[in-house]
Amino acid sequence: MRQKLKRKRQELINKDFSPKRWQEANQIEELMNPGHFACPGCGGALAMRYALKALGKNTIVVIPACCWSIIDGPFPLHCLKVPLYHTAFETAAIMASGIKAGLEIQGKGDISVLAFAGDGGTADIGIQALSGACERNDDIIYACYDNEAYMNTGIQRSSATPLFAWTTTTPEGTPKGEPKKNMVEIVAAHRIPYTATCSVGFPEDMIAKFKKAKEIRGLKYIHIYAPCPTGWRMAPDLMIKVACLAVETCLFPLYEIEEGIRYKINYFPKEKLPVRDYIRIQGRFSHLREREIELIQKKVDFEWDLLKKRAGLSGG
Amino acid sequence: MKLEAITGTKKVVTGNHAVSYGVLLSRAQVIAAYPITPQTQIVELLSEFCATGLLKAKFIKVESEHSAMSACVGAAISGVRAFTATSAHGLALMHEMLHWAVGARLPIVVANVNRAMGPGWSVWTDQNDSLSQRDVGMIQLYCESNQEVLDTVIQAFKIGEKVLLPVMVILDAFVLSHTSEPVDIPSQEMVDNFLPPYKPQHYLNIEHPASYGGLTNPDHYFEIRIKIEMAHRAALKVAEEVDKEFQEKFGRGYGLVEPVNCDDAKVIIVTSGTITGTAREVIDKERRKGRKVGLLKIRLFRPTPRERIREILTRAEKIAVIDRNISFGHSGIFAQEIKSILYNEPRRPPIFNFIIGLGGRDVRPEDIEEIIDYVFKKDQPTEDFTLRGVRL
Repeated sequence: MRQKLKRKRQELINKDFSPKRWQEANQIEELMNPGHFACPGCGGALAMRYALKALGKNTIVVIPACCWSIIDGPFPLHCLKVPLYHTAFETAAIMASGIKAGLEIQGKGDISVLAFAGDGGTADIGIQALSGACERNDDIIYACYDNEAYMNTGIQRSSATPLFAWTTTTPEGTPKGEPKKNMVEIVAAHRIPYTATCSVGFPEDMIAKFKKAKEIRGLKYIHIYAPCPTGWRMAPDLMIKVACLAVETCLFPLYEIEEGIRYKINYFPKEKLPVRDYIRIQGRFSHLREREIELIQKKVDFEWDLLKKRAGLSGG
Repeated sequence: MKLEAITGTKKVVTGNHAVSYGVLLSRAQVIAAYPITPQTQIVELLSEFCATGLLKAKFIKVESEHSAMSACVGAAISGVRAFTATSAHGLALMHEMLHWAVGARLPIVVANVNRAMGPGWSVWTDQNDSLSQRDVGMIQLYCESNQEVLDTVIQAFKIGEKVLLPVMVILDAFVLSHTSEPVDIPSQEMVDNFLPPYKPQHYLNIEHPASYGGLTNPDHYFEIRIKIEMAHRAALKVAEEVDKEFQEKFGRGYGLVEPVNCDDAKVIIVTSGTITGTAREVIDKERRKGRKVGLLKIRLFRPTPRERIREILTRAEKIAVIDRNISFGHSGIFAQEIKSILYNEPRRPPIFNFIIGLGGRDVRPEDIEEIIDYVFKKDQPTEDFTLRGVRL
């Protein structure tokens, strides 16, 4: 059994997830310098790189407490080619709103303000300020790079941690018992102009969505699937693979919601892979038994069907 | 409504509206606020000013005070003049971002209406809300009258922008906030002549992409903190100059502290906020009776005008500090401050501390008379502090 799993894992690692899609992204101007402080294979670092490629130089970035507080480098270092404002954990959205208001009154409203927060800063401590900004429809782009736990403080569970995952606060024997909070639906319920999901495994889709967000006035929310090899207990070279598998298994579908009601699925896997393929290559799920994986599969199938229905109902 | 019609004239306004007029005339560019009694009227009137175009500002109606202060930080770092107003629990909720505004060296002005903290819920005045923020590093100015409130708001922007520190302008709940007094509302021209447009030294600039507020290791942090202390020292001089210039241009000045009849006083009473106004009456009466009583009003609490306070208080035989606040387990906060300022002086008069009027309990002239009687009778304080007007 163990041998079989090992073989299966190797097969997955070797499977080609179309490297062509990176070639195009790599040709766009880099606004992130090398020499940052991210862990090897950091999904969050890649997320910023693609987001800035799409948004361009005329952008101000707001970072609350999260991995990016470290990744950018300690004072006086700075690895981005755009201005960056570090702020308190729960304030990413409102800080961006405040900056935007200040820019607008100075006639500099053409500058995009990007709040770039982790899942804890978005789904937990920052949800109030985010909901406020959504309700006011402040003209900012809010990106959540979701690595499904408090990674910067050392892998503690957040409300975005998935069911049955290991973290340091859901240790062996007591994995997380609750499903992941669905931030995309919560945000979309505010009927903001644009809500989208993307994965660092699909740069062309991600860049297109950020470009689209840049052209829309009002609040744009983009939820980025950004795997964390350190926290997910996997080799750094598996990061992209996992980011792709999350989409290919329909566990994290790529879709967008306009005005909170018009759903559009942006990517249909040619062959919907079993979630087992995704789960078995991550150490954080190594304790899972088959029946738990089956339960996750059922949940994924249910959510995927629901999403398709929503997209169908709204003509997407 | 035209600006000329409501400014450059004397009007009867509440303390809250005096703040709003001060902010209007200071041409704040971003205002972010959340309602809380007894502050709400400040931002209601500002909303109207923004809605009618009298004030060309963006008003962000946030979902909490924490966000109000955060929005002000964002606006200020983008390069504009920002304002918020709050009270009690709202100020407590802002606490983290007050630290942020100080550390980021942003000259935001915050009007705080002194209101007691719950539970039980109280909307009435005492100083524990603002004094709980003593150590964040903001400049704190306590006001006595509605005129002083308006003038101090205008001064606050100027002081803050010169030394790059946020400034808190403080007024008592109801006693000022909801009480109308005649207030001279200066013309826009006069205020423009006093307060130039805000020119930020550092702001988020696309042409010079820098990072602000990032991880600061022990090699740098200490120096950055001490620069805040240096700014506070500079603020003492700046606040004095700004008040002097204000006096020259508007004919009204307040000083950093105000001594009344202190030169020959045997007993000096130390007050802040509206208790000062009550004490002025009592002092006059006592003087007529032949008692040598003086009054020292503390207007600028942070940075503390230590030299000036030493100079005035060391001449007295006894000092009575009246605190409308309490640091539980210790004593009144102003008294602690005064004691610490005088400790190293060769001549240290005994310091009596009176705690009075918590949660808006009325502080009457008789209370102050009793305090004066008490101090005259005693040579030395026999307890750390004396309670006045409490039923136990």
